[in-house]
Amino acid sequence: MTLSLPVKRQLWAILGFAVAVLALSAMLKSDYFELVLTQVLLWAMLSVAWNILCGYSGYFSFGHAAFWGLGAYTVALGMLHFDLSPWITIPAGAVVGGLAGALIGFPTFRLRGHYFALAMLAYPLATLYVFQWLGYQEIPLPMKREAPILYMQFANPRAYVVLALGLLVFSLLISLRIENSRFGMSLFAIKQNEPAAEAAGINTWRWKMLALMLSGALAAMAGGLYAVVLLVVTPEAVFGMLVSAQALILTLFGGVGTLWGPVIGAMVLVPLAEGLNAELGNVLPGIQGVVYGVAIIAIILSAPEGVYWRVRDRLGVWLSRRQTEPTVPPGVGSIPAVPREQRAPVGDDLLILRDVGISFGGVRALDGVDLTVPEGGLYGIIGPNGAGKTTLFNVINGFLAPQRGTISFAGEPLIGLRPSQVCRRGIGRTFQVVRAFPRMTVLENVIVGAFVGAPDDAAARRMAAVALDQVGLSARANAVAGGLTTRELRLMELARALAPQPRLMLLDETLAGLGHDDLDGILGAIRQLRADGVTVLIIEHTMQAMVQLVDHFDVLDHGRLIASGAPEAVVRDHAVIEAYLGKKWAQQVTEAAK
Amino acid sequence: MPFSLVDFLQALAAGVLVGSAYALMCVGLGIIFGAMRVINFAQGDFLMLGMYAAFYLSTAAGLSAFFGPSAGPIVAAFLAGPIVFAFGWLLHRFIVARVTGAGAAQIEGAGAYGQILVTLGISLILQNGGLIVFGSTPTGIRTPLSRSSWEIGEVLLNQGRCVSFVVAVGLAAAVYLFLSHTRQGKGLRAAADNSQAALYMGIDVDKAHRIAWSLGVGITAVAGGLVAGSQSFQPYTGFDFVIVMYAGVVLGGLGSILGAFWGGLVIGVVQQMSTLVLPYQLQNTAIFVVFLLIIFLRPQGMFGRLSERT
Repeated sequence: MTLSLPVKRQLWAILGFAVAVLALSAMLKSDYFELVLTQVLLWAMLSVAWNILCGYSGYFSFGHAAFWGLGAYTVALGMLHFDLSPWITIPAGAVVGGLAGALIGFPTFRLRGHYFALAMLAYPLATLYVFQWLGYQEIPLPMKREAPILYMQFANPRAYVVLALGLLVFSLLISLRIENSRFGMSLFAIKQNEPAAEAAGINTWRWKMLALMLSGALAAMAGGLYAVVLLVVTPEAVFGMLVSAQALILTLFGGVGTLWGPVIGAMVLVPLAEGLNAELGNVLPGIQGVVYGVAIIAIILSAPEGVYWRVRDRLGVWLSRRQTEPTVPPGVGSIPAVPREQRAPVGDDLLILRDVGISFGGVRALDGVDLTVPEGGLYGIIGPNGAGKTTLFNVINGFLAPQRGTISFAGEPLIGLRPSQVCRRGIGRTFQVVRAFPRMTVLENVIVGAFVGAPDDAAARRMAAVALDQVGLSARANAVAGGLTTRELRLMELARALAPQPRLMLLDETLAGLGHDDLDGILGAIRQLRADGVTVLIIEHTMQAMVQLVDHFDVLDHGRLIASGAPEAVVRDHAVIEAYLGKKWAQQVTEAAK
Repeated sequence: MPFSLVDFLQALAAGVLVGSAYALMCVGLGIIFGAMRVINFAQGDFLMLGMYAAFYLSTAAGLSAFFGPSAGPIVAAFLAGPIVFAFGWLLHRFIVARVTGAGAAQIEGAGAYGQILVTLGISLILQNGGLIVFGSTPTGIRTPLSRSSWEIGEVLLNQGRCVSFVVAVGLAAAVYLFLSHTRQGKGLRAAADNSQAALYMGIDVDKAHRIAWSLGVGITAVAGGLVAGSQSFQPYTGFDFVIVMYAGVVLGGLGSILGAFWGGLVIGVVQQMSTLVLPYQLQNTAIFVVFLLIIFLRPQGMFGRLSERT
């Protein structure tokens, strides 16, 4: 991601961190401090794991204790019942955690936001009761005096520091790899606007599942080593709410969605809570929980973005001086539009809808719509508010499944495909209300769209640069999308849909909310699309512009197609004007004529 | 059938009686979620505070001595409401308001989760602070009612739970009337439906939130006081009820007060009925399963609506 330092510097930072931890461990005088250090590293690893799902994708989990606990019990039960060494069961725990992630994700990713967070809360707590019922109240790890090293039972606690450090570094490397690949960028896009990511061809389901499985596997490994270190496992200690809470509190305290945030959080809070607990635990038994409670409230109220960003901002490392900022290679701006493969001549039907219908409750949003768009055509869909225009697009690109009828694209049926699959087949779309990824740059927004048509990340970058050039937005490539004007946002969205070189573009009120001057730029871009051989289906209210632009009108009203034909014919159709466009259209015409 | 008809009726009756207290808790949580769209993790801990408030009122403050051992705990449960209400008012004023309503606009990073996280923090502080203040020994409010029963046929009805049933249903009805018939209640519902629009209509949304929050935790505290008469509790008890409450509220439909009441009642029945077929330790797992099923199959609940636009 752009927000991270360059990969090379991060690798050096990880190495430096590892050396510093080893040096610290060498200086510590007592076994107790070594134990605390080990715990810091393990909680940091849990938080890194939590951050991979929740920090990058924005899906908050209140249930990471489920993975931690499964890892711990895999180690404990493996040793108790099967005499298995943690050297085997910790990696095995990773498999268990990954599988649990798949099992949990499969139903739970149907949910979003609060519902997802709440559902995640239920898993570890339900598991907790099951383990209690199974009679695993307290599992002590058997001592293996005959082969301590084989069973990870070291006399020197420093060995645990080294092991935990190894696992943490492993997790950090994975996290770093994710941040700098299309995996991380896709998660980041999901976090900011999931429907837009899906429509732009990102298989959101796949990336979320991967993130959860990876996150679960890493959390389970940390939990497994935790069991080895503490030598006893109880359901409350490993499945309890405090475990899940700690993962998210440490991450948020340090900085959510960053590589180092979870580590910083653990380095500060774990020793603090542990130290207070050791000093005052007898007098004030719950002091550890109070510390975490106060920490999370303080951080949310004073620096909700976490310590990491605060420190960076204070150091003056401003976003504008990011070194990873992708720059459009010079010369790219002058590359002519991509040479496209020869398209079939106008006339072959590209998109065919037959008798498509969908109802919401009693409202028939689409009622037996037949529509045919030939390859290379520039078709307009008009109709009053609530006529079903956007619903039509949602049905075509897979946001909604029609209850009856068929849709085929280039001879293949579309119904039942996910929006990302529809996009993969060559259908791009824009939205009535622009759906940008506001915290990414313009170029990154478009890169996300290009992934679907690009063999590798470098190609995606090139295609994105070309698409930006096509819509004339190259100069703003490095601006953050959150600060764009309406016109620029529309153009950016157009470029995002254009980047993977779709065969069909669905433009949903692309001209809405634009002034006269802005209009020309967008109209030019749309005409250029058609010149490049892209088929366009456009929903619009701005009638005058439309009449000049399109070569065919389809008129929708109350979910039915009521007229279809050349623009001049349709706008003169009195039935259309009076019954369906009414005075509003007449007014628009007079206004436009002024 | 592994159980008899009497067992079934007994579990059903117990479910309805226990469920009424759950229903009252759910109403409290439902008011908060309905008005503020905030997931309050600390709700269970306010319940716990209600339990301890009722406990100290009936023992240390001498209500049991004054009103007698049967009526005293009931009065104490009622008075726990205003105490926790006041506490909630202060918490909202100084902490919660800064991440909800008008204050939420400034929160970035953690985004909408800032609110949940603050309530999580409050929950951790209340639980563990409770451990420091109240100690970890389980306590209970002793009342003769909870040890005697009425018999209807072969079904036994615990008197303590019957009384708490009447109180819970009565209070829930009163709250419902308050929300639907008073000016403040209507403002609260308006703020819940569309806080922006309510703001433009001259409703003080922050104040409406404060009322909702305090009322919500106060009502749940009364429910806690009622439950405290029939079971022992300690500072971590609240958490056991968090899932009960969320399951009830989600079942009823997030945002619907009436739904929350019925949802809580159903959860009570599910919990008690599950003991017919499942081991005792798994009765909470049964609630989790129901909870997950509702979320997956009908996330809008019994009374809720789903609306999403692209």
